[in-house]
Formats: sequence, C-alpha cells, structure tokens
Amino acid sequence: MTDAIALLVAVPIVFALFPIAFGGRWEHMGWGTAALGALVHLGLSLTVAATVLSGGRFTYAVGGYTPPFGIELVGDGVSAVLVVLTSLVTVAVVAYARRAGPHSNTFYSELLVLTAGISGVFVTGDVFNLYVFIEITGLATYALVATGRGPAAALASLKYLLVGTVGASLYLLGVGYLYVATGTLNMADLASQLSSVGYGSPLVLTGFGLIVVGLAVKAALFPLHTWQPGAYAESPDSVTAYISALVSTAAAYALFRIIYAVFTPAFDAAVPFALDALVILASVSVVVGSVLAVLQSDLKRMLAYSSVAQFGLIVAGFAIANATAVTGGLVHLIGHAVMKAGLFVGVGALAGVAGGRTVDDFAGLAERAPLVSAAFAVLAFALVGVPPAIGFAGKWHIVLGAVEGGRWGVALVAVVSTLLTLAYFARVVERMYFRDAPAPAEESVAAAADGGDAELASDGGSDGDGDASGAASDAGAEPETISMTARIIVVGAAVAAVGVGLVATDLIAVFEPVLEVYF
Amino acid sequence: MIDVLASRGYFLVGFLLMGIGTYMLIGSDNLVKKVIGMNVFQTGIFLFFVTSAFVSGASPPLLSASPPYVSPLPHVLILTAIVVGVSLTAVALALVVRIYEAYGTLDEDTIREVRLND
Repeated sequence: MTDAIALLVAVPIVFALFPIAFGGRWEHMGWGTAALGALVHLGLSLTVAATVLSGGRFTYAVGGYTPPFGIELVGDGVSAVLVVLTSLVTVAVVAYARRAGPHSNTFYSELLVLTAGISGVFVTGDVFNLYVFIEITGLATYALVATGRGPAAALASLKYLLVGTVGASLYLLGVGYLYVATGTLNMADLASQLSSVGYGSPLVLTGFGLIVVGLAVKAALFPLHTWQPGAYAESPDSVTAYISALVSTAAAYALFRIIYAVFTPAFDAAVPFALDALVILASVSVVVGSVLAVLQSDLKRMLAYSSVAQFGLIVAGFAIANATAVTGGLVHLIGHAVMKAGLFVGVGALAGVAGGRTVDDFAGLAERAPLVSAAFAVLAFALVGVPPAIGFAGKWHIVLGAVEGGRWGVALVAVVSTLLTLAYFARVVERMYFRDAPAPAEESVAAAADGGDAELASDGGSDGDGDASGAASDAGAEPETISMTARIIVVGAAVAAVGVGLVATDLIAVFEPVLEVYF
Repeated sequence: MIDVLASRGYFLVGFLLMGIGTYMLIGSDNLVKKVIGMNVFQTGIFLFFVTSAFVSGASPPLLSASPPYVSPLPHVLILTAIVVGVSLTAVALALVVRIYEAYGTLDEDTIREVRLND
C-alpha cells in the first residue's frame, strides 16, 4: 500500500511522456492523458492520506536501500494533506484548461511534470532529493510560464529562470555545507548529526543561511520576489492558478521541513538570531507586499503581490517557532493555495466578461456575472480573514502564536496586513457591486447575465478559444461568457475556503502529531 | 592566512567562479551572457562539492584499492546537478531564441525601450 507514495512522483512523469511521444499521431490526446493522470494521482494521494490517518507517520525506502544511505520518502499528516491538495488543484486546473487553454500537448506534459515535482517536494525526506524536486518543479514552471502568448511571457519566464536558478543553487550550496559538516543527506539523520556537530559551527550557520535564502527566493519573499509578479501576470490563466496555488507553497513547505525536521527547535534555542532574522525578513515581506498590492491596477499583478504578503505571513508563522504559530502557518499555507487558485480562475473568467482585467474594468460586473462575482467576493473576504473562512483560522493562530512567543511586532504586522488586504480587495468588490458598468457594455448584459448561455458555450468544448488572458481585447469584441467548469471551480473554491474554515480544528488535529515531535 | 588560502586553492577557485558568475548574471546586459553567467555560477558550486570529497592520500573507492577512500557520493550528486544544469540551460536558450525572434536583439536595455514604446 505504501508504494503509493513513490508512485505519486513516478506516475505523473510516465503520463507526461505520452502526449509528447504520441502527440504527432493523435493531436488532441494531451487533455485526456492529463485528466487520467490527475485522477490516478488523486487516487494515490488519497491512499497515502488514508494510510497516514489510520497508521500515522510512515517512511518508504526508495529502491530498498536503507536510509540514511538510500533516499527516504516520508508520509505524515502535513505531507498527506498537501499531496491531496496537489491532486485536487491538478484535477481542477486540467478541467479548467479544457476550455481556457493553452491547447497543446506539451502544455499537458509540462503540467504533469510539475505535478510530479511538487508531489516529490512534499514527500521527500532527503535534502539532496529535495533539491532535485525543487529543480523539476522550477523547470516545469519556467516552461509553463512561457506558454503565455507573446514575447513578454518569454521574458518573464527567463527572468524567473535566472533568479530561480540562483535560488535553487544557493540551496544546493547550503546542502553542501551541511554535508561537509555531517556527512549525511537524510533529514532525520541530519537532525541528530547536526546537534552533535554543534549548532554554532560556522559551517552549519552558513548552511542554514544559504538554504533559507535559496528557498525564500522560490517562495517569493520580499526583496527576493522580483520574478513573481511578471511570471504570474504573463502566464495563461490556468497556469497562473496552478503555480500560485502550489509552486511557492512547495518552497514554503520545504522551508518548514528544513527548519523543523533538519534544524529542529533546539537550533533556535542555541542560535536565536537565525530565526529572528527570518521573522524580520518575513514581516517586511508582509508589509511591502501588501502596500505594493494596493498600488496595482492590474488584478493579476495585485493578486501576485498579495501572494508576496501572504507567504511573508506564512514564513513568519514558521519562524516564530512555537506550535501554535507553526500550525497557523500550515493552515494558512493550505488556505492560501485554495483561495488564490480560486481567485486567479475567477479573475480569468471575469476578465473575459469585463473585457479587461484592471480594477476599473470590473465595474458593475456583479450584474453581468452574479454567481462568479459572489464567489470571488467570498474568496476575497476569506483571504482578508473574515471568520469562519480558512483565512481567519490561519491568521488567528499565527497572531496567537506571535503573542504567545512575545513577538508583538509580528502580531501588529499581521493586523496591519489584514487591513491592507481589505484595502486592496474592498476596492475591487466595491466596483463590482456598487458601480455602474461602463456604457458600451449594455448589450452584453442580456447576453452574459443569463446562465443558460454559459451552459451552451461550455458545450462547445475545446474548440472555443476561451483564453481570457487577452487583457486588452478591443472594445467592439463580443464579451465572452464564463465556462461551466470555471463557475464550478470558483464556487467550489469559495465553498472549500469556508468549509475548510469550519473544520479547521480537524485539520489542526491532523497536523498535531507531526508538530508534537518537534515541540 | 596565506597558508590557509594556499592549502585550499580548489575551494578558492570554486568560490571565485561563483563570484564571476554572479557578476556576469547581474552586470551583463546581454541575455546570452546572463545564461553563461548562470552556468559559471553553478559550475563553481559543482567544483566545491567535488573538492569537498577529496581526502589527501586516499585511494579511489574501489574494492581492489586500499583504504582510506575518497567519498564517491558528492560526485554522484553532482552528476545529477549537472543534468539539471544542462536542462536549465536548454530551457533558457529556447526562451532567448523566442525573445530574439520577437525583439531582434539580445540587449536588455534595448528590449526595455522597445517595450516602453509599445
């Protein structure tokens, strides 16, 4: 049964080969392969989750080589929840991409490789293996960002590639330092070896610094976020939804594993300034990310900067280093993935109706697309942290942990960021609900407000070019309707954001056994 | 100080390469040179790993040789990392080709001007 954890990585990679190998013969096989791969992946991740729920943490020695010499995969409460999240997001994005595009076999191959890389990051228990998975994730993401139309996407992707590679290389260098200090690469073994080497050793400290900076680049913390707004804004909507939900999440999760499974809270006790510095970096990221988000007029860029702020908050939760704050960080990590994926699909769908994706384009949208607008508003307020949504549960625990740990600065920053989050979402929601639509859109009201039209349109399947990312579509063009899948995904994300918020205590109960080991 | 540096010449070269690579990556306006800078930077890290495995006076890790052995593991790791580096370079150059086709130049400043005029 536990073979499922290794197959989580292997199956998507094998599926990724088919669209490339046979794409010449069957032109439209990409979507079917990806859908099948995503469903198999969902089955495997549910198997892993069931194993963890019934039997607790388990490990898997790849190829039968015993750890610490071989590579070890670890399934526990946190990784199980995250692989299930990965599968669900993959299924949703593959469904969304059927109409929204991009329509090419290579796109689906890249998506499957990305799924494999992210699953690998979530399950591995070996620091060098983690580097390889981070790079697989990175490579697939660079390629996916570049599937966007026009040279701007290629330029954004190249920038992401150069910055991201430096980040991953710094991580690799940090791993080298730890290897020189201890002679092992297995996370559990490193934890015991590091305490005997001594946490104050310059090798260990430098290794920690390099690893944290490397992963902070990948998680897009200010001032290392420069690749992220361009990459999010220029890639196609389905890609943005996927990478905003999972790619930075994988990096932040890796940071969590490194801090707690490798360095352990004993490191924090011995060298308090290391995590203090990370708290400050994360807090600055929260404030600057929120302020930059308020300044944006392009909604995709606004959501991108919002991610900079939210990941600041998550990493601050991890760096406070008490059980409450780390729980909050993990809950917010999962909540953010659900909410951001929903918001990006929502922006993509609504931009098609509005004819643009700036804040002003969204004026009066609530009348023309009532359901998706309502779901978008729910997701926006969930991210602000209105109870009972998941955004509240995460932020609440982070603030509570900050107060417990005596970090009043972080608590203050979290409250200020909530206000700023409200500031940038409220102006969008206000325009959607309380402003009149611009004059030329009047004929389209009749066309788009009717739900029946959308159903007809979604029957068109893949031949309708539903790519909503053409932001500056000319004013005379017929506004697009929202596909049924996009509706289901946005509403589903909104329901999930509130629903998971209601069962947040159960989610925390799943994380508890994992965190108990560390604290 | 000089003694320490002289006995660790290989590490010094590794970190010098990282510095040169980073400088090219940031300082050069040419996109291809940026990619080359990225490669030089990574090569520095690879050399650091390989050097760290060396034990003076040790023999290759073969059963027929006598101990002590040098560590073979970092070499294997770096083989993987080199493969990753090659794939990254391939993706980067493919993107550079696309950018060149669109803008007709590899110079970052010129591309920025073209984009502002659009």
